[in-house]
Amino acid sequence: MQTGLEEQLGLYQKRIPIFTRSVKGRFRRFKTTVLVLAYTIYFLLPWLPWSRLDAPSQAVLFDLPGRRFLIFGLTVYPQNVVWLALLLFIAAIFLFFVTGLVGRAFCGYFCFQTLWTDFFIWIEHKIQGERPARVRLYRQPWNREKLLKVGGTHVLWLLASFWTGLTFVAYYAYAPQLVLDFVTGQAAAVAYFTVGILTLTTYAAAGLMREQICTYVCPYGRFQSVMYEPETLAVHYDAKRGDAIHGRASPRAGQRTLAERHEKGLGDCVDCGLCVQVCPAGIDIRDGLQYKCISCGLCIDACNSIMDSFGYPRGLIRYDSEKNLAAAVPAAPRAEWKRLKTVGYGVALILMSGYLVYSIVTRGSYDRAVNQIRQPLYVVLSNGDIRNRYQVRITNKAAQDQTYEFSASGIPAGALDLGNFREITIKPGHSGLVQVSVHLTPEMAEHTRHFELIVSPRGKPGEARSETVRFDSPKASHD
Amino acid sequence: MSEQKLQSQTVQTTGHAWDGDLQEYNNPLPVWWVYTFYLTVIFAIVYWVIYPSWPFGKGWIGGLSNVTYVNSAGETRTHSWNTRALLMQDMNKAAVEQKPYFDKVAAMSYAQIAKDPDMNGFILSAGKALFSDNCAPCHQAGGQGVMGFFANLTDDDWLYGGSYDQIHASITNGRHGYMPTFSEVLAPGQIDQLANYVASLSGIGHDAAKAAAGDVLFHGEAAACYYCHGANAKGNTEIGSANLTDNIWLWANVPGADSAEGKVAAIRGVIASGLNRGVMPAWAGRLSPEQIKVLTVYVHELGGGQ
Repeated sequence: MQTGLEEQLGLYQKRIPIFTRSVKGRFRRFKTTVLVLAYTIYFLLPWLPWSRLDAPSQAVLFDLPGRRFLIFGLTVYPQNVVWLALLLFIAAIFLFFVTGLVGRAFCGYFCFQTLWTDFFIWIEHKIQGERPARVRLYRQPWNREKLLKVGGTHVLWLLASFWTGLTFVAYYAYAPQLVLDFVTGQAAAVAYFTVGILTLTTYAAAGLMREQICTYVCPYGRFQSVMYEPETLAVHYDAKRGDAIHGRASPRAGQRTLAERHEKGLGDCVDCGLCVQVCPAGIDIRDGLQYKCISCGLCIDACNSIMDSFGYPRGLIRYDSEKNLAAAVPAAPRAEWKRLKTVGYGVALILMSGYLVYSIVTRGSYDRAVNQIRQPLYVVLSNGDIRNRYQVRITNKAAQDQTYEFSASGIPAGALDLGNFREITIKPGHSGLVQVSVHLTPEMAEHTRHFELIVSPRGKPGEARSETVRFDSPKASHD
Repeated sequence: MSEQKLQSQTVQTTGHAWDGDLQEYNNPLPVWWVYTFYLTVIFAIVYWVIYPSWPFGKGWIGGLSNVTYVNSAGETRTHSWNTRALLMQDMNKAAVEQKPYFDKVAAMSYAQIAKDPDMNGFILSAGKALFSDNCAPCHQAGGQGVMGFFANLTDDDWLYGGSYDQIHASITNGRHGYMPTFSEVLAPGQIDQLANYVASLSGIGHDAAKAAAGDVLFHGEAAACYYCHGANAKGNTEIGSANLTDNIWLWANVPGADSAEGKVAAIRGVIASGLNRGVMPAWAGRLSPEQIKVLTVYVHELGGGQ
């Protein structure tokens, strides 16, 4: 079981290199699928075309100079910042929800640190060979072979890092033009800077630092342990079964079959060490649940393959809960969602996702802001009438030119003076300003505190919006 | 614990022993600290080379980096790096970006500008900036003026006329409003009669008998008010004499007085002491013709114009 004691090491301890052995199994397949899917999306999405009238034909484009994000058919303006807030909230709640249920699934399968490290290890494996070959190469003195293989690995890492950085920047400019400009030295300085920084950080994080990022740098890995409960599923070594009374033992003659081992009081663990060799975090899962474990499940694959080869039942290392492992007769492991926290996170997740979807679906094609001019609040005209002025700003968020008309209710016809602009036509993504003035007789002004100003986009009667606007007069403003 | 033990075993001494057994510990700085220090030294030297650094004679060593900008006279200037030159560079860049708009303003007539939605947006923003910089100290941020001193530009009464051309003339050449002092010419009773008459013109509470006498004075040669304010008392935009028949007051604080007597007293005060403070400076020469044109449209829009 978990001892709760971790090796106490010095603060400036040297990194012990980890050479992971490749493994086959369910979790490896799942990780590979996620990796391929994630890379396909990340690396190809900037190249996906999407025809637009008023912007580059790129499906996903974060147009910073234009102050808008173009995501397929959706245009996001700074005014929609609440969507970003919702998205962050959903992401956080989703992390809590999943972690409470199945542990650090994000770390093990979806985190970009895990994905890129996995990919870099795959490159290393392809060039330098399987674990024993890599260990041998590491120990041998520098010669032509070592230089070529290790150098080649680093060159490929750098190339992959560079393309990662360039792809990131391609989300912020029209990708084909950007890459062309980048190669010919005409791209913006910030593009080179960003690509440079991302190349270096990707290379350092996925090539050189690897599990140290998770252990020493990343805060998420650490605070996720707060969300663990006794019912949470996590990668566990079944110590009761593996160690039994007299501990682990190699399968020598006389203790090879399960019957023989149980008779001698030996556990099912044959102490092959494969679970340690495949671990990208370099830990021994048999020491119990520990903070360095990113819960990637590769040790489960490794152990199952050994159990299979000896004809023992699978699942000596498995996804299970602490509660179940502590039971006298452990039941089949399953995700227990009927808990206050999990249900609470789930409800919050559904509510917030629903609100985000609702907010996006019902978004208007324009924004309006009516501001009363406050200097002065009102003007007394030569015939004694009271005039208030307002500035209306309309932002056209639709993809084509749009004409907007103005009207008012709650005040007599003719009181609304639009000056030279009875209507205004605004280009997509642009804003227009209109000055509106309203004048009322002193008698009218005395009991008019508010009126409705209505903005209606021509041809879209359903999107007409009215806004309650304040009217000030000498009497009213003293109230 | 283990760390402390490790340290005590590997602790260094300077290698010298005094009095046989007195030794000195050697506690070197951490390596990362030392190298960071060396880096800051290198950084400082690079900084001296690139940016202005040391005083030298009457000036200073300018450094290698330069700032080049074009000043308002169109001359290209290059200075060693300084924040004022950076500001000039920024201002020049903004002026270059605004130029197409100002060129458009210069080319268009007032009627065309008023009907162009794009120009309208430019006038509202550029005009506001110009107004805030140049006009707001007197006319206030919103153009509402100050009673007794500076005209309210947001109402529909224009002392010198509210057409584009008249506003343009007011800004370009400035204005000087003047009214003679009547306390030396008229008796206090006569001034009171006149004040009551002026109050009656815009429907303020007054003494009817005094007002009737004031009417005679107004149109007679003794006071001769009609010379400037006109026989109908509606003023004259040519000389900036006020329309006395409306509800707009600039010099006499009639709206500020609570009682009818107070309102009449305010009018009396202006008649008695006259006016010589309606001075607006000429802006030709201070502002470019395009800037004055932008301001003209902006001010016209403030009060709705005429």
